[in-house]
Amino acid sequence: MKTVFKKSVAGREGVWPEKPTSNIEDFIPAELLRESSGMPSLSELDVVRHFTKLSMKNYGVDSNFYPLGSCTMKYNPKFTEQVAALPGFARLHPVISQLKGAGRHCQGALEVIFETERLLSELCGMADFTMHPMAGAHGELTGVMIISAYHRDKGNKKTKVICPDSAHGTNPASASIAGYEVISVESHDGIITPEALAEVLDDEVAAVMMTCPNTLGLFEKNLPEIVKMIHEKDALLYYDGANMNAIMGKMRVGDAGFDVVHLNLHKTFATPHGGGGPGSGPVGVCEKLTPFLPVSRVKKLEDGQYYLSYDAPKSIGFVAPFYGNFGVYLKAYAYMLRLGREGLIRATENAVLSANYMRKRLEDYFEVPYNRTCMHEFVLSAVNQAKNGVRALDVAKALLDKGHHAPTIYFPLIVKECMMIEPTETESKETLDRFVDDMIEIAKLAEENPDFIKNAPVTLSVSRLDETKAARDMVITDDIN
Amino acid sequence: MPYVPHSPEEVREMLDVIGVNSVDDLFAEIPAELRPKSFDLPKGCSEMAVLQKMEKLAARNTTDLTGFLGAGFYDHFIPTAVDALVSRSEFYTAYTPYQPEASQGTLQAIFEYQTAMARLMGLDYANASVYDGGTALYEATLMAVRKTKRRKIIVSEALNPIYRVMLDSYTNNLNLELVTVPHNNGRTNIKSITAAIDKDTAAVIVQNPNFFGSVNDFTDLFTTAHELKAVTIMSTYPVLQAVLKTPGQMGADIAVAEGQSIGQPLSFGGPYLGIMTCSKALVRQMPGRVAGRTEDGEGKTGYVLTLQAREQHIRRQKATSNICSNQALCALRTLIHLCLLGEEGLRRTALLSIERAHYAAEKLTSITGVELFTKGPFGNEFAITLPVNAFEIIDKLTERGIIPGFPLGRYYDGLQNGLLVACTEKTTEEQIGIFAEILRGAL
Repeated sequence: MKTVFKKSVAGREGVWPEKPTSNIEDFIPAELLRESSGMPSLSELDVVRHFTKLSMKNYGVDSNFYPLGSCTMKYNPKFTEQVAALPGFARLHPVISQLKGAGRHCQGALEVIFETERLLSELCGMADFTMHPMAGAHGELTGVMIISAYHRDKGNKKTKVICPDSAHGTNPASASIAGYEVISVESHDGIITPEALAEVLDDEVAAVMMTCPNTLGLFEKNLPEIVKMIHEKDALLYYDGANMNAIMGKMRVGDAGFDVVHLNLHKTFATPHGGGGPGSGPVGVCEKLTPFLPVSRVKKLEDGQYYLSYDAPKSIGFVAPFYGNFGVYLKAYAYMLRLGREGLIRATENAVLSANYMRKRLEDYFEVPYNRTCMHEFVLSAVNQAKNGVRALDVAKALLDKGHHAPTIYFPLIVKECMMIEPTETESKETLDRFVDDMIEIAKLAEENPDFIKNAPVTLSVSRLDETKAARDMVITDDIN
Repeated sequence: MPYVPHSPEEVREMLDVIGVNSVDDLFAEIPAELRPKSFDLPKGCSEMAVLQKMEKLAARNTTDLTGFLGAGFYDHFIPTAVDALVSRSEFYTAYTPYQPEASQGTLQAIFEYQTAMARLMGLDYANASVYDGGTALYEATLMAVRKTKRRKIIVSEALNPIYRVMLDSYTNNLNLELVTVPHNNGRTNIKSITAAIDKDTAAVIVQNPNFFGSVNDFTDLFTTAHELKAVTIMSTYPVLQAVLKTPGQMGADIAVAEGQSIGQPLSFGGPYLGIMTCSKALVRQMPGRVAGRTEDGEGKTGYVLTLQAREQHIRRQKATSNICSNQALCALRTLIHLCLLGEEGLRRTALLSIERAHYAAEKLTSITGVELFTKGPFGNEFAITLPVNAFEIIDKLTERGIIPGFPLGRYYDGLQNGLLVACTEKTTEEQIGIFAEILRGAL
């Protein structure tokens, strides 16, 4: 389909405001001005047709099952969209609360921030939360900056951060951006052992970044001992909350000994993925780290009024222009209110139930590297299919032809031909069964007719795309040939 | 339970297949000492009840005051088709386009967005966006540091202070030297900035229009910076880029901006849009996602995420950034908004906003004691000095239904009486007239 630029017709009227009465040169001299901005000229119908047709080339949770491990592609409740669109929230200028006396004009918004932080603190067993980080990776960076500020404040000389070999790429990347050397710890039988950790844990380690369950969907059963080891070195323990959906009501990370946690609201708390954002990655901390939280903080007076406090001399400063992605966590807050205590626990229980059900149904057809009770996700390996030339990538593309989005592939890096499956709790048993049946059919085809799979996908708007050509040609705008 | 479809019979069937007795058995590995000490969350409630509660909270925010607030975040009109189109669930419930064949809608939209941004800024390349304008500025700074291997960053004090504090916070951990060059009565001090550039300078950062609204040409400054092999970074205002000389024309290596003004509701601070564009020479240093054009096996045009070797999921600790998300849906909003306005619509929006601001400046400065602080040409925002403390005036006027602007004294020494006033195409002459009247009365 042509781009909007190729569809542009000079002079075509779009949605135009009224004609100005003056000329630009009346206010700004010509040498400070440009010629045309190069924006396309299209009618409203042109635009609506173009983007409606584009949307029809996409899979989305509303139309397709998305068993993407580590992404928690659960259903996005529609009522939360309405909440975010309420004019009382959508039209609120962020600066308003910083003007003298204007705090009274945004009490509703300040209450949302305060209450969301309370709820998340209770959910996770942390002392306090900040809503400022605007995505998961941003939360990780913020968390590592807090850790760094803690050590600096204590006069500790810590230069390293430890990440498991199964960690999501943003963990080592965030630690590195914050100025740390990243050391990897090897998993044994899928989890971290005290012995493996002891080999790399020394006095220069500022923090260990973990998640539980880990990216293999396995519970880190050595956690109590690991927590002790780490705290003995005055190092801190960071929880990557991507897998929070597995443990709500079953474990609270603060109680378990984690010092810093980030959550992915666009995962566990059902805010829409948007095709790649916006997300929200709030960060929770234990009591001793609260002085380092970013400013501002919402505080509540005795009379119930909320205000913004900037009085935090040990704070790491400003990680966002204002209070984070308010329009995103507004949806998460509404979601938490809707589900409540029992709803969140049931979400976790059914997520874990569905994952184990799928694992059991698939174990005779695909290699299951850690075939024991998993949590909300599990990994398969396509090693057996690869013997016939059918790799995880090919299985993924074949699934697209079945009307499913593929699972996560080639992550975590420690499993060959990895496919990570996370159904979430919002999918029906029929959907799970249909997916499993399709996977079984693909496994059979991999033996009987591998070439058929290697051609997939054939039912979508394009067939397999040449990624090598894309990187080589680097055509990343319509003006490059 | 809302959103969980499993009936008790289905749960029983699944447990039987798994081979356990109860759901609790699936959590057996979690030892007693790791179980929650408390889990004191409120009871869940119906959709209707939650909506009622949220409507009450929304009603406790005042959004019908006449606002002249800008400070980098502006209330422009968003055509209704933007909301309608991004509400299509294939756009907003889609995942990151890692399986490109099932994501051509998202990917082509990102490609078109990148094209629009590159054209708007007059530069070669754009990424798929980062979280906000402040993050874009910080990432641009790191690009310059990586490229030049130098540590000194020269920052104009007339750069948005909201971004300057973010830059400060982020670079705290890193061994960088931030040199802030003071503004000269609201003007960007080009002479002093030029003088501050040396062979240790990684980057020079300026803003156009600057925080006080004043418009400049930085061509000569950038030429000097290039002679000393420093990277030139410009922070801009996307709506006004419709008419102003572009960063590319001036010789900027990197142009960043906050995309909120095109397509994003103010929404109390987010989600917003960090626009990043750069010259050819710097593209491999650019963080974030990038969509590229390619072909499928039959020669059909398609789009994929590309240049992923820069990113965290491939390079891990050696990545150009830790960034994973882009603000995909926000970028889509901006793209659709630009397409609906088009060349002419965007130009009119910019000019109307500038027209209203100049009318407001005239009206306000006709009041005794009110002086225009911003010198030289300005766009849709300008600073005035009042004969009294600006914070007090804001308080007084807010009671009367008008938010007169942003108090400069919040970030700038000696400007306690300074007020930053912004107008957009939504601002009417009548509102400006009332503002002037009430201000006259309050002084």
